[in-house]
Amino acid sequence: MTGVVKTFGQTRALNGLNLQVETGEVHGFLGPNGAGKSTTIRVLLGLLRADSGEVSLLGGDPWNDAVELHRRLAYVPGDVELWPNLTGGEAIDLMGRLRGGLDQARRKELIERFDLDPTKKGRTYSKGNRQKVAIISALASDVELLILDEPTAGLDPLMETVFQDFILQAKAEGKTVLLSSHILAQVEKLCDKISIIRLGEVVQSGTLTEMRHLTRTTVEATTTQPANSLAELPGIHDFEHDDGRVRFAVDGDQLDGALRGLTQLGVRSLISHPPTLEELMLRHYGDELEASNGGRHAASGAEQN
Amino acid sequence: MTTTTAPPAAPEQAVRRGGNSLTGTATMIRFMLRRDRVRIPVWILALTFAAVSTLANFEQTYSTVADRQSAVDLLELPAMVAMVGPNYAADEYTFGAMLGHQMFIFMAAVFALMSVLLFVRHTRAEEEAGRSELIRSSVLGRHAQTAAALLVVGGTNVVTGLLTALAISGSSAEGVTTSGAFIFGMGLALVGVTFMAIAAVTVQVTEYSRGASGMALAVLGAAYAVRAVGDVGDNGLSWLSPLYWGFTTRSFSSSERAWPLLLLVAVAAIMIVVAVYLSTRRDVGAGLRPPRLGSPSAPDSLSSPLGLAMRLQRANVLGWAVGLALFGLMYGSILDGADEMFEQISALQDMVADVEGAGLVESWVATVMSFLAMIVSIQAILAVHRLRVEESRGRAEPVLATAVSRRDWMASHLTVAFVGSAIVMLAAGIGFGATGAIVTEDGALFADMLLAATAQIPAIWVAVGLAAALFGVLPRLGSVAWIIPIYGLVIVYMGGVLGLDPATKNYSPFGHVPELPAADFEVLPLLILLAVAVVLTLVGLAGFRRRDLETK
Repeated sequence: MTGVVKTFGQTRALNGLNLQVETGEVHGFLGPNGAGKSTTIRVLLGLLRADSGEVSLLGGDPWNDAVELHRRLAYVPGDVELWPNLTGGEAIDLMGRLRGGLDQARRKELIERFDLDPTKKGRTYSKGNRQKVAIISALASDVELLILDEPTAGLDPLMETVFQDFILQAKAEGKTVLLSSHILAQVEKLCDKISIIRLGEVVQSGTLTEMRHLTRTTVEATTTQPANSLAELPGIHDFEHDDGRVRFAVDGDQLDGALRGLTQLGVRSLISHPPTLEELMLRHYGDELEASNGGRHAASGAEQN
Repeated sequence: MTTTTAPPAAPEQAVRRGGNSLTGTATMIRFMLRRDRVRIPVWILALTFAAVSTLANFEQTYSTVADRQSAVDLLELPAMVAMVGPNYAADEYTFGAMLGHQMFIFMAAVFALMSVLLFVRHTRAEEEAGRSELIRSSVLGRHAQTAAALLVVGGTNVVTGLLTALAISGSSAEGVTTSGAFIFGMGLALVGVTFMAIAAVTVQVTEYSRGASGMALAVLGAAYAVRAVGDVGDNGLSWLSPLYWGFTTRSFSSSERAWPLLLLVAVAAIMIVVAVYLSTRRDVGAGLRPPRLGSPSAPDSLSSPLGLAMRLQRANVLGWAVGLALFGLMYGSILDGADEMFEQISALQDMVADVEGAGLVESWVATVMSFLAMIVSIQAILAVHRLRVEESRGRAEPVLATAVSRRDWMASHLTVAFVGSAIVMLAAGIGFGATGAIVTEDGALFADMLLAATAQIPAIWVAVGLAAALFGVLPRLGSVAWIIPIYGLVIVYMGGVLGLDPATKNYSPFGHVPELPAADFEVLPLLILLAVAVVLTLVGLAGFRRRDLETK
């Protein structure tokens, strides 16, 4: 996609978006809610028509060649709606057949692994189970490309792991995956490349290693010796020190050095957590985000920093 | 053997604990009244006001004897008999008798509706939401919630019935007696109580509150339909309907009687006993009927957009076809009396198509067929609107993300709308023609009427086309399609009575259908209607290909 613009009335949902996904890669499509992830995907699926810009999908035009392209891909929406009177099993089969058929053995395996009762009617499924129906149908189809729009919303952590197994399996089979998410950790586990979207534009794109400088890990520790010296190390930010307790953030590519420094001080407890997408977005685009997302977000962000 | 002896033990236990199974009923009653402190008074006042204001309205509208006589004439029409019931006081049609005759069935149906909705709200809806579980875990008897709901809803009915009776008997309108007012009011209350008791049974059967009220309201619909058919045929069938028991007290007439109300009391009592018995045989939150599971895999028919559209709409088409076939059967069954009827009632002659050289029966058939077609166009438009429902609920999106083109997806539902509405129209025609041919002993009439029904199909398809064009091009204005049935019913069907210029019919597709079997068959107008339907459909398909899909 190059320079894609899509407006809805006054709102400019996509503002000259560029996105490139190579064959065979698992591409993470990261952005906060309302950034334009779903709109981008719907343009790729030919459900929405771009106002301007160029879009090419599997070598075709998503608007004009929709049917041919859709035979080669499977899509899982972020908010799956099922027909109240159709059972989950019927919905799985229907969607698979409309794509051009699905692998029965794989369907059986997926239903077992995801622990779905396919005999229940659509109206009785919870959100997580509706999500499973769409995921199973997509993964059981023999396609080249999987387009997944926040597919695991509503799934419990156990099922999230099952999902990750199947995505890695799809990757091993050479399938291309576009995975949209607002959870950085999920994307980090699965993706070769990441594009970050914000306000309808892709602001960062690259491999995880290339993005390391963007991720900053927060470390909290209690040490036997004073940790003042750590503040001098490269890549350390927001250093706080108080009576044997130390708290700082460290750039992803400087983490090793910081930990080496820390271990020499006699570590008695250690907590570290990776940055959330929200922190990342706030750190890099804080001021603009404040303007666009309104006061509440900005206020909480100010406290964190 | 051990497994078969286990279940009978449960009721035994319930009997032993019967002494305290009502513990907490008073608290539950207070709780329900607190929850409905606005809802119940509104029902009571609205229903009482409806009765009193109707009575006052009768006094104004029918101030002279001649006015009342013309009302009597009009109410002899089978359609009116089907709607309000037979006139039991034609010779003494006082304002009181008008109220008892014209308003009882209608008001009783509203009492029944109120009872079902209130009862389900306080019982199954609470269980479904999981709140009963919380309440039942406290000090509360097994039957307390049901007993409290029965007392609250039953009490609401009795209070409303008594207030209605008091308010009416306070009126000085001619023919209003105190005994009549109380029989009328208590009749309404007891119909309400009977349907409450029916709801008490249905809430035991299903675990969904919508299913429970749906079942009880289906009984109400059946009671109304049975009574309508029985009253028109005057064959005693009406005695199967609880609505009729209240009606046939003949309130405010000289042949007034109260004993049919005992039937209502008896049935209500039996239903309550059945409900209590059933409630001891199920768990809290569960229904007697387990939630139905379906097939774990899709049948071969569910492999295409058309298969999906058929699956989604088949119950709808079937329901409409059966309903309109029954409607047709009813109209057909009175065809032999049509000649007589027309001679007596001048008001009716304005309604029917005025075709030179045609008999009144043929004109009547043409008018009814056109009326049925307008009703079918409602089904047709609803079938097209299914597209919009699928789109806005987000169920079109995953389908259109598969190898299904926009044209195929839209065409699948349109195919169902075209074929389905034709089936429904033919069902109406077959029903109408079947009884019509039997009662007039004229076998040839059946074929004529079937042709007349077929001739209406292109006009119905124009409605499909308009709805499709709107969906494709101006999806937000989809409701504009309702202009076709509304204009048809008001201007084309009622135009004669309203004294409108016949030229106004030309703006409706129904105004161009040859008035078979009264007039000759003409193919040209039908071809033009078909062409209009086709063009509108193509516009819709082209529009949908061009626009964005509306997403959630």
